[in-house]
Amino acid sequence: MKDRFISEAEGLVNSRVIGYDQKVRRLAALAANALPYPALSPLCQEALEARVVCDMYEGNRPFTPRYVLPDYAKALRNGVKYLELEPPSNLDDALSFLTILYSQVPSVTTYPVYLGDLDALLEPYVPADLPDDELDAKLRRFWIQLDRLLPDAFTHANVGPADGRVIRSIWRVERSLRQVVPNLTLKVSPETPDDLIEDAVRTVFVTAKPHFVNHPMMVADHGTEYAAVSCYNSLKVRGGAHTLVRLNLKRAVDRHLGGVDAFCLESLPHWVELTSELGEARIRSLVEDAGFFESNFLATEGLIELDRFSMMFGIFGLAECVNELMVREGQPEARYGHDPRANAAAHQIVGRIAELIKDRRLPYCNGGGGFAYLHSQSGIDLDLDATAGTRIPIGDEPSMLEHIEVCAPIHQLFPAGISDIFHVEETVTRNPRAMVDVIRGALGAGMRDFTFNLDSNEFIRITGYLVRKSDLLGLDEHGARHSSDYLAATAEVNHTVTTRAIKRVIAAELSPQG
Amino acid sequence: MAELIEAPTTGLVTDVIEFSAVDGPGNRFVVFLQGCNFDCLACHNPYTIKACIDCGICIEACAAGALSLDAEAKMVWDQAACTGTDGCIAACPYDSTPKARPQAVASLLPQIRRAAPFISGVTVSGGEATQQSGFVRALFAAVKAEFVNLTCFVDSNGAAEPSVWQELDEVMDAAMIDLKCLDDEIHRRITGASNAQVLASIKALAARGKLYEVRLLLMVGVNDSDELLAATGRWLAAIDPKMRIKVIGYRAHGVRPSPVPLIEPDAAQRAHYAEVLAAEGQFDLVVI
Repeated sequence: MKDRFISEAEGLVNSRVIGYDQKVRRLAALAANALPYPALSPLCQEALEARVVCDMYEGNRPFTPRYVLPDYAKALRNGVKYLELEPPSNLDDALSFLTILYSQVPSVTTYPVYLGDLDALLEPYVPADLPDDELDAKLRRFWIQLDRLLPDAFTHANVGPADGRVIRSIWRVERSLRQVVPNLTLKVSPETPDDLIEDAVRTVFVTAKPHFVNHPMMVADHGTEYAAVSCYNSLKVRGGAHTLVRLNLKRAVDRHLGGVDAFCLESLPHWVELTSELGEARIRSLVEDAGFFESNFLATEGLIELDRFSMMFGIFGLAECVNELMVREGQPEARYGHDPRANAAAHQIVGRIAELIKDRRLPYCNGGGGFAYLHSQSGIDLDLDATAGTRIPIGDEPSMLEHIEVCAPIHQLFPAGISDIFHVEETVTRNPRAMVDVIRGALGAGMRDFTFNLDSNEFIRITGYLVRKSDLLGLDEHGARHSSDYLAATAEVNHTVTTRAIKRVIAAELSPQG
Repeated sequence: MAELIEAPTTGLVTDVIEFSAVDGPGNRFVVFLQGCNFDCLACHNPYTIKACIDCGICIEACAAGALSLDAEAKMVWDQAACTGTDGCIAACPYDSTPKARPQAVASLLPQIRRAAPFISGVTVSGGEATQQSGFVRALFAAVKAEFVNLTCFVDSNGAAEPSVWQELDEVMDAAMIDLKCLDDEIHRRITGASNAQVLASIKALAARGKLYEVRLLLMVGVNDSDELLAATGRWLAAIDPKMRIKVIGYRAHGVRPSPVPLIEPDAAQRAHYAEVLAAEGQFDLVVI
C-alpha cells in the first residue's frame, strides 16, 4: 500500500506529460485516497469493490460536496466578506467579482461545476447605451478567462428562459471562440421565443453547446432556483449534491437469477439499500467529520445552505439490464429502445428504483425532502460493459421520433438529470428552424433535457462534456490543457462513442462523468 | 369551400419520412408520391418515375424473399421481411419500385398525428406530386382540418395545369418549384418535356403569394452558362425581385447512366452561379 502510494506519487512528480497544475491536483487526490474509507458494512464494501455500486472515484474521504451551486445573485448583491469583495456596481467589476469567486468554489474536480445563470446575473449591469460590439468584447474576454482559468468541461453556465442582450451576446461569443469551457444549458419554457432557441441551435452547429432543458419540469421539481451543472445534473441553487453514488444495473442483473418481476421485488431493494448506505457514509463523513458546512465561507456567508443539498442516486446500464432480463423472460428479440415489452420492463425497473429511493431516508438531504435525487448517470471513462444511464446503446438507436417516444416517458422520474443524445446530419445547418421544431416537440413530449450534436462537428460529446477532436490527438505524448480531455481519451478508446447511429434530422454524445 | 370536389382519398405512395429538414421550412413530414411526367437525366430517385407493371423481375433480386406475385399476378411487398437493401430497385428496368403502394389519407393521418408536435408541416414530393393532385388535396384538407398549426407544401417540377393549382389553392400553403432550365430546347433535352407549364406555374403561384422557392439544379456545361443564368435571374426578378432561389449543384448520387456526360459543379462554380443570379435581383439565395 505504502509502496504503491510512493510509486504513484513518484510517477506524477516525474511525469513529462502532465502539467504542473494537474500534478498538484492529482497529488492531492492521492493523499486523500491514502486515508481510510468511511466505515461500510461488509456487504456494502464487497459491492463497492465489485463495482456493482460505485462512488465515482471521488476519493476515500470527502472534504467537499461533489456539486456546489452558490447563490451568485446573493453574492453580487451583498459582496463576499471572506474574499474582501464589495458588491460590484458596473459590468467590468461584476465580471471580475465572479471570476474571483469562481476560484474559491470547490468540487471533486477542484473546478466549479456551476458558474451561475449568467444572463440573469449580468443583465442588470449592462448599460442601455453600451453598444453590442463592446458588450461582446467584454464577454469575450471573460469567456477566454473562464476557459483558461477553469480548464474543465464540467464547468457549466446556465442561460434563459428569457431573451436579453447578454444571452444574445453569449451566443455570438460562443460561436466566435469555439471553446470547450464553459459547458452551457439553455432553459426553455413555452414563452422562450423561437428566435432565441434558433440562435442557440445555430450555436450548437458550431460548438455542440448548449443543452436544452425543460424549464417548467425543472421548476416543478426544484423550484425556480435551480440549475443544470457539470453534465446533466439538475440541482437547487444555493444548494447542491454532497455526492453521487451509482448503481450498475448490468452488474446487478448479473448477480440475479430470475426475470423482471423477481429483479424488482428481490434484487433492487438489496442494491438500492447498499447504494444508499455508501452514500450515507460519504455524506456523514463530509458533514460530520470534515465539517464542510461549518467552516467553508460559502456556507457561513449563506451562499449555500445545507438544507438545499441532497445526494444523487445514479443508475446506469439499464439497456444491458433490460436486454438480459428479456432473454430470461424467453423474449431475446425484445431489445430496449425497440420493443414495447422491453421498454415496459425498463419503465417498471426505473419506477421501482424511484419508489425505493422514496422509502430510504438519508441524513442532510433536505434539498430532496430527506431523500436522494434519482439521476440517470451518463457514464465514466472506465465503464466498459454498461451503457450510460438509461440510454439506448450507441449505434442501436431507433429513428429520432421513435427515440424521443421511448426516452421521454422516463425523463420525469429523474429530477437530478437525464440525457439522451441525438446525432443529426449536417444538412440541418441550412434549416435551424427544423431543430427548433424538434426541441419544442421533445420537451413538450416530456423530455427533461434535449441534447444534439452534428455528425461533422469538431467537438465530440463524451458522456456529457465536450472535447475537441484535435485535442485528443497525441494526448499520450504531450498531455492536454483541459483535465477532462484525459477522461475523454479513455472513453473514446473504451467506447464506440463516435459511431452513434446518425439520424436524418438530429444528434449524439460520447462517454464519462456525471 | 366553394364547391365540394370529389377527391380520391387513396394515392400511390412511394414512402414517407417522419422528419425532414430539407423539404421546406422547419421540420417536416414528407410524403413521396409515385409517378412523374418528366424523365430527367439528372433525376436522383428515378425509381419514383413510373408505376410498377408487375413484371416480377425484381423478385429474384430480393435476397430476403420479401417480394412475390399474388394470385392475380400483382406484386406484393412484405414490408416486415424487407431488409432495405433496395436490390429490387437496382434490378427494375422500368424506373419503378415494387415498394410503392396505394395508401389512404386515413392511413397516413395517424403517422402525421404522431409527428405533429415535432413538425412545422407536411410536404408532398415525388415523383411528381401534382400528378395525384386530387389525393394531395384530400390529404391537405384532412391535415388542415385536424392540425391548425401545420402548413402544407408541395414540392413540384411545375408541369401542372393551372386547374391543378386552382384545385389545391384552398388547402396548400405554398409550393417549391424546380426550374430545370429557362431555355425550352435545353429543358426538353434534359427533362423530355417543354417548360411552358413550369413557367406558367411559377408566375401563377407567385401571383397568388404561394411560391415558397424556385430551385435551379445546375449541371456543368448543360444549363449553367452565365448568359442563361443571367436571363433566368432577369425572368425571375421580373416576377419577384426578392424571390427565394435555391441553387443546387448537380450531384451524381442515385442518377442513372446518362447518354451525355453530367458533371458536378464544384464549390467555386456554385458560388459563381449565385453571383451571376445576385446581379439580377435582391434574391434570397441559398446555395447547396
